[in-house]
Amino acid sequence: MPTALILGAASDMAVAIAKKFASQGYAVQLAARNAHRLQPLLSDIAIRYNVAATVHEFDARQFASHPQFFDTLPALPDVTICVFGYLGDQATASADWKECAQIIETNYTGAVSILNVISNKYAARKSGTIVGISSVAGERGRQSNYIYGSAKAGFTAYLSGLRNSMYHKGVHVVTVQPGFVYTKMTEHLQLPALLTAKPEAVAKAVYKAVVKKKNVIYVKWFWRWIMFIIKCIPEFIFKKMKL
Amino acid sequence: MESEEKLFSFDDQLSAIVKQSHHFIPRGNGRCYGDASLAEQTINTLKYDKILSFDAVNGIFECQSGLMLDQVLEVIVPKGWFLPVTPGTKFITVGGAVGSDVHGKNHHVDGTFSNHIIDMDVMLASGEVITCSPERYTDLFEATCGGMGLTGLVTRVKFRLKKIETSYIKQKQIKAANLEEIIRLFDEYKHYTYSVAWIDCLKKGKNFGRSILILGEHAKVDELPEKKKKDPLKLPSRKQITFPFNLPSWVLNSFTVKLFNFLYYGKNLKREINNIVSYEPFFYPLDAILHWNRGYGKKGFVQYQFVLPLEAKQGLIEILNRISDRGLGSFLAVLKIFGKQDSLISFPSEGYTLALDFPVRKGLFEFLDELDQVVLQYGGRLYMSKDARMKPEVLQAGYPRLEVFKSIVKKYNPDYKIRSVQSDRLLLTK
Repeated sequence: MPTALILGAASDMAVAIAKKFASQGYAVQLAARNAHRLQPLLSDIAIRYNVAATVHEFDARQFASHPQFFDTLPALPDVTICVFGYLGDQATASADWKECAQIIETNYTGAVSILNVISNKYAARKSGTIVGISSVAGERGRQSNYIYGSAKAGFTAYLSGLRNSMYHKGVHVVTVQPGFVYTKMTEHLQLPALLTAKPEAVAKAVYKAVVKKKNVIYVKWFWRWIMFIIKCIPEFIFKKMKL
Repeated sequence: MESEEKLFSFDDQLSAIVKQSHHFIPRGNGRCYGDASLAEQTINTLKYDKILSFDAVNGIFECQSGLMLDQVLEVIVPKGWFLPVTPGTKFITVGGAVGSDVHGKNHHVDGTFSNHIIDMDVMLASGEVITCSPERYTDLFEATCGGMGLTGLVTRVKFRLKKIETSYIKQKQIKAANLEEIIRLFDEYKHYTYSVAWIDCLKKGKNFGRSILILGEHAKVDELPEKKKKDPLKLPSRKQITFPFNLPSWVLNSFTVKLFNFLYYGKNLKREINNIVSYEPFFYPLDAILHWNRGYGKKGFVQYQFVLPLEAKQGLIEILNRISDRGLGSFLAVLKIFGKQDSLISFPSEGYTLALDFPVRKGLFEFLDELDQVVLQYGGRLYMSKDARMKPEVLQAGYPRLEVFKSIVKKYNPDYKIRSVQSDRLLLTK
């Protein structure tokens, strides 16, 4: 039975991804802060899909704990999916370093820390797949969320370099750009229905990308083109826009 | 009306929301026909949908309240179990099944959903969680079953399942030429586990009340055709078509409904048909059409379901007469006979129950007020889960133990923090 590790397993997107992999016969390792909250999810997955499921305490910002966290997992996972992230509040973050640091450390530093540990293990073993859920917000900084966006931009660049490096060692890296998704993180936002995916659609796309060894995926295909257009706008115009 | 809806996935999120709210009503998948789960603030359970335990040997299932019945079926049917009681749609949550204390085609044999509950947890307005059952906190248990969410938010339910050999139903359909005959047939076939009748409300004269009685039993393996024996517990395929737009309201009129009834009654050429069908079309015919309500147009429709005691057959005749005189009948008029039930606030009680859809038209609400009086005069009552318009006096007159119910609501929800548009209208929380 193959095993998938879900980092940040409490989010709506992570729950959908865990269910998708379990439904395809994967044992799942669910890692999150306050892992005891995941007990109901654990029983749910085990009963629905008849696979082994375990929960593990994991905090993206406790960098020093990452090597030990990974070493004590019951089995080395075949696939690692890094789902955790923190949107935060742009206005607060530009005034308050605590909020700002939380955004940067969750979305970038924490992800780099744990994925360094895991990719080294995968490289030594010469197999494994790493999936990073990044964000289209990282493709160009906008006034409405450039601290989150820049952290995700760093993460996207990290995943790109990691993919390049790991290719030669038999390890595959997938970058996921979900676009808008209906989740707890975006509950307070008014999202355009046509551009917004359900967590289950993200999960399906992630699973397919792992099977087909895709490099960079957008969950709804037109996001690739939306971001292409946004990236094409000359800076002297872009800086005047309210995005 | 506008409503602020809050969702949660974890217990601590729920208690934080409950503590912060000024007032709210619990809401599941919003399939009550009226205003029972509407309020300025609602707490939606749909993301609180995890299966907590399933004993496939003894048929005991435990889950969080936001889990929908379609999900329950997907897990239990392949293991040889079925819902003890199911309403006509599987797109309702387990919490909703408790709040409405739903009934099904097997009421005369198996009672309502709450008859199969082992125990459940209810979060009160204070944020405190109480485990109740027929033995513990009996008052809370009784007032929560069918209590429209007014005692608290059901968080966890543990209930017993029904053993099945196959996922198929052995169905028998019998045409009845009139009301006398259908009532006689109900009696003749009362040993059947499932029974319900479609009734033509617009027919007058000697065919007044013509109907099709639909009976069913869970099929045994040796009753299946050879092809189906290989996989007797197969889940039905998930095909859904979508009703794409609102039909203009004039499409449904007494002519088109009569035409539909003519075709529906006429499609069964023989008086009696026996066949084996999947559980899906037998229990959930309308679930195959997403947004079927759009067929009623933008103005929508109201459901009207009442029950009359067995001795009040005359009342049933009088109501059917009034409906056919008005020409207001609906596609889906469903007649059933309830068995005995002795609950505090649940709708079913022994007698005839008739469920109707009425497209909203000028004069409809006045007409329904008139029907209410006939229902009360014959000792009947209305179903709160389908209600959007009854007056508080009608509820009061129909439910003899209403005052006891109200006092239990007051005990566990003392400031009426939990309230809905319906509960305010019916003076349950005022």
